[in-house]
Amino acid sequence: MVKPTTVENTAIKVQVKGLSVYYGKFRALTGIDLTVHDRKITAIIGPSGCGKSTLLRSFNRMNDLTPGCRMEGEVILEGENLLAPAVDVVDIRRRVGMVFQRPNPFPKSIYENVAYGPRLYGIRRKSDLDEIVASSLKSAALWDEVKDKLHQSGLSLSGGQQQRLCIARALAVEPEVILMDEPASALDPISTLKIEELMQDLKKDYTIVIVTHNMQQAARVSDFTAMMMIDEQRAGRLIEYDATHIIFTRPKDKRTEDYVTGRFG
Amino acid sequence: MRKTFESEIQQLKDEVLVLGSMVEQAILGSVEALKKRDVEASRLIYEADARINAKRYAIEEQVMIAIATQQPMAHDLRLLASLLEVSGELERMGDYAKGIAKINILMGDQPLLKPLIDIPRMAQKGADMLHRALTAFVNEDAETARLIPYEDDEVDNLYDQIYHELMLFVIQDARSIERANWLLWVAHNLERLADRVTNICERTVFIATGEMKEIESSRDE
Repeated sequence: MVKPTTVENTAIKVQVKGLSVYYGKFRALTGIDLTVHDRKITAIIGPSGCGKSTLLRSFNRMNDLTPGCRMEGEVILEGENLLAPAVDVVDIRRRVGMVFQRPNPFPKSIYENVAYGPRLYGIRRKSDLDEIVASSLKSAALWDEVKDKLHQSGLSLSGGQQQRLCIARALAVEPEVILMDEPASALDPISTLKIEELMQDLKKDYTIVIVTHNMQQAARVSDFTAMMMIDEQRAGRLIEYDATHIIFTRPKDKRTEDYVTGRFG
Repeated sequence: MRKTFESEIQQLKDEVLVLGSMVEQAILGSVEALKKRDVEASRLIYEADARINAKRYAIEEQVMIAIATQQPMAHDLRLLASLLEVSGELERMGDYAKGIAKINILMGDQPLLKPLIDIPRMAQKGADMLHRALTAFVNEDAETARLIPYEDDEVDNLYDQIYHELMLFVIQDARSIERANWLLWVAHNLERLADRVTNICERTVFIATGEMKEIESSRDE
């Protein structure tokens, strides 16, 4: 197993063991072993097509939605194997939230976007919902900008605000882990900075796993970095995993070195 | 972009070599001028130190621009950080040459306490170590860089020899204190110069391996 050489004293949140993912006969990921630390930000980097998003989507069984997708191995969240057949997928997706590349608010009001999840999980009382909406928007650093227009459409917001609304929506169901798939790649630099700052605030309470093509972003925001590449069979592999400062100053694997210095990819 | 960056790095390495040869000349020249008691030559070396400083600042600025525009990582980052460090070391070595030139100027009409034999040897050894250390640095040759610091013992031994010899002069005739002191300072500068060569070698190992470690010659242990 690839282990970081400098592991601080942090608990393990998610343990991936021998994970392989198939799309039909094609093996997209092979033999992934990875430890995600509690309340830390783990970045997954690597060239296009190396399986970063597939790995990320294994953390909340999003791959189930792709026809013909099959997973082997284990993804253990707090002692529970998320890949076990008996697992309640709806519950997993509450515990492991996700934020996508393009902001995708529902065509509903700002309030309803955030209240949607809690309602789905059975919260009905208005005062409870009001409180959840306010606290989620505050946690997503959006409250001050929208508190006077909660009943306007979520789509009326700017791209950066929409993305923070999506983060607030994810937070509203009190997840333990937040997955982010290129959360800032469609945003301007100022909005990107806001998302990155928000991530630093969020990691006090949540474990974050982020896929990014932006190496500087990975270096800036994350505590640990996992480097992936495809092998000769075109299956994605984890080739190096370590504390972020090591990956970006003295990686051990030549392929990581070449990737982070821009020699390929 | 990678190509542009690589040519920028090559250019920076060339500039460091130029700075290195300026320092090498200044060191050898300052001792030669002292040996011949050529005050005019020392004055030129003293003034030329400003050019060494300017070169160091120019390199520093280029490195800053490369860091800002290329956002270097891993090996590139270690190399650029080391270029900053090494150009700083070279500039300080230039100051040693300037110091030696200043001593010759201060001595005015007074003759040397003794003919210089070991001091030019020290200068030659130091300059030679510096030359090879810089070659290893630009070639990122960690093997060679690891060995050069051990030659520092030779420089330290020469320093001890000079020290004892000068002390004998002082014991025999207290009036020689000032002239002995001048030469001791010259030797001290040369001894420090060789120590800084070790720092350059440590950077070379760092670039190649990522290890930041002190290389200790036997005398340091």
